[in-house]
Order: sequence, then C-alpha cells, then structure tokens
Amino acid sequence: MNKQVDQKGKRIIASKHVKLGTKNRKGQTYTDINDIFYKAEQTPNFLTGSEVIKEAIRRASVGTSVAYPITPQSEAAALIGELYAEDYLDEYFRGESEFAVMGQCAGAAFGGHRVFTTTAGPGTLRAMENFPMWAGSRLPIQVCVTCRGINSPLSIQPDTLEMHYLLETGMLVWHAETAQDLYDFILKGFIVAEQPDVHVPIAVCCDGFFVTHTKDTVELSPEDLCLTPYNPYESPVTCMDMEIAPYRMMRDPFVMKSNYINYSTHASWQQEIKAAVERSRKHTIALLDGLIDEHNSDREILIVTSGTAVSQSREAIRLLEEEGIKVGLVKIKTVRPFPYEEIKQATKHAKHIFVPEFNVAGWMAREIKSTIPDNERVYCGPHVAGGMTMPSEVIVEEIKTHLGIKTAQNSR
Amino acid sequence: MSREKIQICEDLADIMPPEYHKLVESATYGDQDRGWKDIGSSTELIEQHSLCAGCPESIAFRYILASLPAPEDTVFVGSTGCTSLVFPHVAVHNIHSLFGNQNAIASGLKRTLKSRFPDVEKDVVVLAGDGATVDIGLDMTMQSWFRQEKFTTICFDNELYANTGGQESGLMQKGFVAKMAPKGKNFEKVRLPEIAREAGCAYVALLTVSKPNRVEQVIKNAVLVAREVGPTFVQLYTPCILEIGKQSMEGLDEMKDSESIGGRFVQKEYISDEAQKLLDSIKVETKERKKAAKEAAKKPVNA
Repeated sequence: MNKQVDQKGKRIIASKHVKLGTKNRKGQTYTDINDIFYKAEQTPNFLTGSEVIKEAIRRASVGTSVAYPITPQSEAAALIGELYAEDYLDEYFRGESEFAVMGQCAGAAFGGHRVFTTTAGPGTLRAMENFPMWAGSRLPIQVCVTCRGINSPLSIQPDTLEMHYLLETGMLVWHAETAQDLYDFILKGFIVAEQPDVHVPIAVCCDGFFVTHTKDTVELSPEDLCLTPYNPYESPVTCMDMEIAPYRMMRDPFVMKSNYINYSTHASWQQEIKAAVERSRKHTIALLDGLIDEHNSDREILIVTSGTAVSQSREAIRLLEEEGIKVGLVKIKTVRPFPYEEIKQATKHAKHIFVPEFNVAGWMAREIKSTIPDNERVYCGPHVAGGMTMPSEVIVEEIKTHLGIKTAQNSR
Repeated sequence: MSREKIQICEDLADIMPPEYHKLVESATYGDQDRGWKDIGSSTELIEQHSLCAGCPESIAFRYILASLPAPEDTVFVGSTGCTSLVFPHVAVHNIHSLFGNQNAIASGLKRTLKSRFPDVEKDVVVLAGDGATVDIGLDMTMQSWFRQEKFTTICFDNELYANTGGQESGLMQKGFVAKMAPKGKNFEKVRLPEIAREAGCAYVALLTVSKPNRVEQVIKNAVLVAREVGPTFVQLYTPCILEIGKQSMEGLDEMKDSESIGGRFVQKEYISDEAQKLLDSIKVETKERKKAAKEAAKKPVNA
C-alpha cells in the first residue's frame, strides 16, 4: 500500500477511473486531481468563502449532498442546492436535523455515492454520534465545518472549540486558513479520503464568518474540469448495493461475545481506523505540499497555529519585525493526522513558541505541548473566544509581555 | 444483482462454505412466487438465529426474508436491539449504524441506489424494534414519510425495550409495569398505524406473525407499493416472551390472543387509492401468470 507518490510528475497516485477523460452530463471532463491543480491554468476570482465552497463542489462530481440550515454554513448549503437545480449533483435535499442529515449522508455513502455536507457549531455537536460511525463504517464522506461557538447562551460567532471534539472521531481533520485553502482542501480532501488505504471521512474546517462571509481572491481551476467519480468498489469494505454476492457477515455478532474475541475485534478495528488516518499522510503531503507550512522556522521565537489565527499572526509578525523582533511561523494544515514529526523538527531551534487560538480551551497548544520536547517553551495564547476577533496587536502585545519587553499597554 | 454473480468457480468449489453452495443451487432468487412455504427448503437468506428459544422475532425474520419480492436486489437497514443480533446471520446486505437513525440511513441509501441503478429496482427495507422506530427514532421515521421516501419500514413491536432488559417503550400498553415504569405505564400505546397513515404512508398494516400467509402478503404489498407509490409501514407484534413472563412455547398463543376480537393487534390495513389500484393490478397479473403456467404445465412435453 505504501507506494511512492511522486511518480512521473504526479503528486498522488493517478486516477484509473474508467470515466477519466470522458465528459459528464454538464459537459465537464473527468480529470485527474494532479492535472486539475498542477497542469490546468488557475484563474483568480473574487468570492466569499460560501461561494468558494459552491465552486469546489461544482467541480467535485458529488453524488449526494444533504443540507440543513445553521449559521454560518446555511448560505453554502443553499448554494449547493443551486448546483443540484443545475444538475451538477444527483441528489440533494434538506434533512430534519444534523443528526438525521449525517445519517442520510451515511446512507448515500453506504450506497456508493460521493457525499458532501456542511455543518457548524451546535450542528456539529448534534451530529457527533455519527462521526465515529462514519469512520468505523469506512465512509469517506466530506463534511465542511464552518466553526462557530457552541456555548450557551446562544452564540453564532466564530470559535474553533468544536474542532477539539472531532479530533478522536477517526476522521481526517483539516483546517483551512483562507478561502483558497478551503477550495483546495475540499477538492483534494475527497481524493485523499477516498484512497483505498485511507477510506475514512474527512472534516474540512474553516473559521465561520472570517472565511465564509468575507471576500477574497481565489485561484480556481477551470469550470469544465471535474474530479473523477468515486468508485465504491475500491472501498476496503462492501458497498451496500447488493451487487456483490451476499454473505453472512458474522456467524456470531461480536456484541454478544463478552469475551476476548469481542474486545480484541473492536480494539483492532479502532487501531485500523487510526492507522488509516496515519496512512493518509503520504497522499496529503503530496497534494498539500506537506502537513505544515514553515516561514523562518529557524528563529528563536515562533508562532505555531492553524486557521485564521495564522493570518492574524502573519500581520503580527510584520508589526514585530518593524520593531526588530524576528518571529517565525508554522502553519498547521492537518490536525488529524497531526504533524507530530514535522512540528518537532520545525520547532527544534525555538526558545519561545506561541499558539494563538480562537477558543477558550487552547486545545491546539495542548496538542503541540504533547508533541515536542521541552514543552515549557510553549505559551498557550493569546486566546480569544465567543466570537471575538484577534487583532494582530493583541498577538504582538502578548508576545512582548511574555518576553518581558515593555509596551505602552503592559507598562501601565 | 444478476444471478451470474453468485456462481462458484469450479476450482474453488470444494473450499466454499455449504451455505454458498445452497445459495447457488437452490436460491429462490428471481422466483416471482417465492414465499413463506420455502422456509423449510431454502435457507440461503437465514438459517440460524441468535435470539431466545421460541422468540417470535425469529420466525418473523424467516417469513419476511422468504416473502421479499427480490432479495437479490434488496438492502436492509436495521437498528440497535434484538434485530441487530440476527442481521449478522442474514445473507442480504444490511446496514447497522446507530440507534434510531434507520429511516435517515434508508432515505440516503434509497435515493443513491435509485440514482446509481436507474434501470434496476433496488428495494430498501427498514427493520427495527419499537424503541428505535417510535421513541428515539420517531422524528426520522416520520420525516421520511413526510418526504415520501420510497421504502418500507417494518417495526417489530414487542411493546418494550427487550434487548436492554424490558424497559417501558412508547408502544407498551398503558398500565403495564416494567423497568422505568415502576408504577405502570401511564399513557396509552402510541397509535403508530394511524400516525403512519396521516404522515403519508401509502400502505400501512398492523398484525401479528401468527399466520405466515398473512405476513407474506403484507410484506409483498408493502415492498411493491413502496417501489411505485410511496412510503409503506408494517407493524408486527413479536412479543418478548421473556419479558412478559411466558414460556418459549407460548409465543404463538400470545399472538393469537392479542389478535382476537377486541385485542390490540386485530389485523388492520390502511391503503391509499393509488396503492389499492396498484395492488389490484398486481393481483390480476399474478392470477393470469399462474393460470398460464398451469395451462403450460398441462400440455404434453413433446407436443
């Protein structure tokens, strides 16, 4: 399974789908992911994040999408409905709750479709029981999570706490910084998640509003190229369509065996899901140019984070640079699989590691702390939560305060 | 799935399990007149079960599987409960995912199969207990009916949570003392057949599994109406003899008592006009086909 990935100019194993090179009913040509991103000309478009989700799905050969309204993903989910009305998708409907929607997505994936859905905040938590089920059933469904607060009293503002709940579901969890990331991650995410040696669901996360509701310039691949379709017969488990000779799956259901066989079967399956997530690395590294991005990571002061906290950090670094304080940056693109080794290497020279986050828990800082040696170097912050923005000046202030550099604020 | 797909490569015949040989040699696939009378000779879909001795659910499983119009193109969706202990023994593709989400799974599945196989009728059948159908899953059960999803929902009604040890359920009778209803259940048995009718089911049936020919007819009706008209619902009384304090040989009597005049399970059907029209036409076709077959059989072989 561990084939070389960078062969003949292909970053990932090229598609061998029978429909490769043929046209779909919309006149789009089924094209290998390598050619879509690395051969075809990309053209700039000025779009909101929600519109970018629509444009990615237009090119994704999705079979089924199920929608449910919840801010801030409602617009994207409705735009996918427009694609359905234009005949880009086979099936689309509104479910009755996120719990039901994720079940409907599972049904479609069990039946052999490529499936996409979107959710956010409380919706992610209402759907939660489904995510480990998707992973355990090896359904490569993609859910785009436009993160928002999950606390009570009601909040609809951006907050990345819900991502923490996704970490041990057995899904791939990627975190987009920008609308461009979102476009790339959605299309590439399908291909990585559907590899036969991976074949687990994927959550492509972005920060609600900051990414979904702001306009940005995004390089899009040509509209007349689309991903090759999902092939359900390359799945490591049976597609539930009665097209494969039936068999009795188990002579005794494991659940009835309160003994070693029961435990060891479930334990080994859980390990296999974890292993499948790890096996996605080689495909992801090839398609995303690594699980992390590094800028001046040899510096003594580093910011390590993901999502729009990265964008705010870039500006903070510029401000600090003006004062002669040199700070490097590590952007984490995939939270599952977590780039343990990459972060260890990238932070080798750092004496101070700052982890700005849009949540009260500081879960990313904890992940990093558990990864690297001498983890007292990690400073958990700055944090904002409940939908607050994180001005670059706040990052600058916190870094300077922690380093004992006097500022107008901290010397008051 | 075409019959060719279940053939055995000659070189591998000796290592194939006996069940698979039976499947190839005597499967009732493609037989339009398959029915409950095949259960003695045709064991390709279910042979053993892992339920309590004498559990009426086990015989209900046999009748249902024997009555499917096209098992070679049927996918089952189950839920957590006693039924999920039987499905691993059933040689029809079946999905267990979570507790209560069976009609949501079936909605996505049926639409996908319809889109992937536009020229083949792929039947989707939900089979779940009363807890899954009426309590935890009622939202998804009813929403699938509102949306007119074209599949059959079968509820094994044993009037309690059997698999977890006999707790109160919505389909339990009022006054019944059970776990979690220590003073007796204080509200009426949920009238699910009426709810199903009002929620948009084209065909609804309530009965026990005491009479196999009735079960066969109802299952066939439900699956065929779901193909052409809309959602269908079948509620079968499969008493949990263990939890109502009966012996393993008393299940049949319990069902017969409950379906006699004034009982909770006197057979009833609600059939929409469109569904009735379809069933009438199927009846005429079947009669003509059987008559033609009978006449063909009468003719001398070398005529």
